[in-house]
Amino acid sequence: MADASIIPAGIAGMFDLLSPNPPGWGGNLLRGLANSLQIAVGAFGMGLLIGTFGAYGKLYGGPLVRDIAAIYTTIVRAVPELVLILLLYYAGTDMINRVLEGLGYQRVDISGLVAGIVVLGFVQGAYATEVLRGAIKAIPQGEIEAARAYGMSPTLMMRRITLPAMLPHALPGLANLWLISTKDTALLAVVGFSELTLVTRQAAGTTKAYFLFFIAAGVLYLAITLFSNLILAKVEQWARRGMPSVKEAR
Amino acid sequence: MMSETPLEAPIETFPIHKDSDTSGQARKLPPHRIVLILIGIALVASAIFFMRWDWLPNYGDLILQGLWRTIWILIVTVIIGFLLAVPLGLAQAAGPAILAVPARVFCTIVRGTPLLLQLWLLYYGLGSLFPQYPWIRSSELWPYLRQAWPYAVLALSLSYAGYEGEVMRGAFAGVPKGQLESARAFGMRRFTIFRRIWLPQAIHRALPTLAGEAVLQLKSTPLVATITVVDLYSVASRVRQDTFITYEPLLLLAAGYLVITGIIVFLFRRLEKLIPSRLG
Repeated sequence: MADASIIPAGIAGMFDLLSPNPPGWGGNLLRGLANSLQIAVGAFGMGLLIGTFGAYGKLYGGPLVRDIAAIYTTIVRAVPELVLILLLYYAGTDMINRVLEGLGYQRVDISGLVAGIVVLGFVQGAYATEVLRGAIKAIPQGEIEAARAYGMSPTLMMRRITLPAMLPHALPGLANLWLISTKDTALLAVVGFSELTLVTRQAAGTTKAYFLFFIAAGVLYLAITLFSNLILAKVEQWARRGMPSVKEAR
Repeated sequence: MMSETPLEAPIETFPIHKDSDTSGQARKLPPHRIVLILIGIALVASAIFFMRWDWLPNYGDLILQGLWRTIWILIVTVIIGFLLAVPLGLAQAAGPAILAVPARVFCTIVRGTPLLLQLWLLYYGLGSLFPQYPWIRSSELWPYLRQAWPYAVLALSLSYAGYEGEVMRGAFAGVPKGQLESARAFGMRRFTIFRRIWLPQAIHRALPTLAGEAVLQLKSTPLVATITVVDLYSVASRVRQDTFITYEPLLLLAAGYLVITGIIVFLFRRLEKLIPSRLG
């Protein structure tokens, strides 16, 4: 058979290759998946943090803060993630080590996990800034004015008024960002971090069963996406409770 | 500073005042912006003086080649992807289930998996499958199938089609029903309705999103460097491997992509202005 090496020895061979025990590569794939998920969660969380500060800076900051936030979001959203990842990955680790050496400490090895989270989080932060800024602007300004009139402190107002009121507007964008974040982890394969895509390529290259492993990884990514969609739909339903529905007329 | 803000704020909200202001005299730059511009100039100048750029002349041709290939891949994949997206969107918006379900599954799969994975699946998967069939090896297409760029173009086109199919679905569904009904009342045939009424209005609705997606497509072109296509990005990695210079090529690369993004945004704005924007 011509394609014997592509689809190895039928179904049984496929299960052997995908089995989680050492001769099979399933365990490695799952470990890669766990790494990917860790980075995705970390980067998304960091993006949210940066995005919150960025959105507040863009809306309520002084002229200087506003300009700096604008420069940050423009550059990060215009340059390919891959280039940013390489730049921040090399430059970031190099800079930290130079600072440490300058202060008389020893060089440290920055783990791929932390570097990946920081780099992707920095990228996500730019998009999150725009999403949250739009969501805050979508709140009726009277609500915020009323909160100010009640004499709420900024933190109390954020907790009681701004955050809950903006959440339904922000969730579709944030859901999109989360999905982008799970898929962007694949880019870390290029800098040699062993997340799902890189592990898959190693497995495929070793066994020559390219289709099997790439499709298996695709199924894993797709499962994350579909599962996230389910959860996010529920969360959005909860955040929109009490609001008029915005179903399309069709 | 303090006296400036309350004066400026109400004027900003009236576009008429703003226009007359800019046409009458050049607007003065606020001081903080001058400082920022000076810092930017200082950064660029220090990058030029203190970083190494002596490699640049040696790689001039390669950079131009890579730039050309990046732009070429971008344009070709956007066009092919858009041509695929129209039927995908139409099938989902108005097609029978037998067409709508496969289109939907295709879009979900493309949007649910990383582009890098799709690219590697096509390149390594198909690339290892084809040589095993003698009739493919002896066919006229074989010289092309041995190269990497057909796989890059295929993967990027499919990815663009997947994202765009979803956008076009919304755009087709968003065209007011009255438009289609009146076209039918004029006695237009179904294809004429599609060509004259439905598609132009859908494209007009989708155009702002299409611009954003084109920028996203530009940002995914560097992935083709991972399957040995020599684009702008891979030139930077080549320089890094040859000369051990890391930052300079990457910074130049980032600046290059910024400029291309600016051009795309500008072109799409011109395109949007070409279309008369009154609907209905």
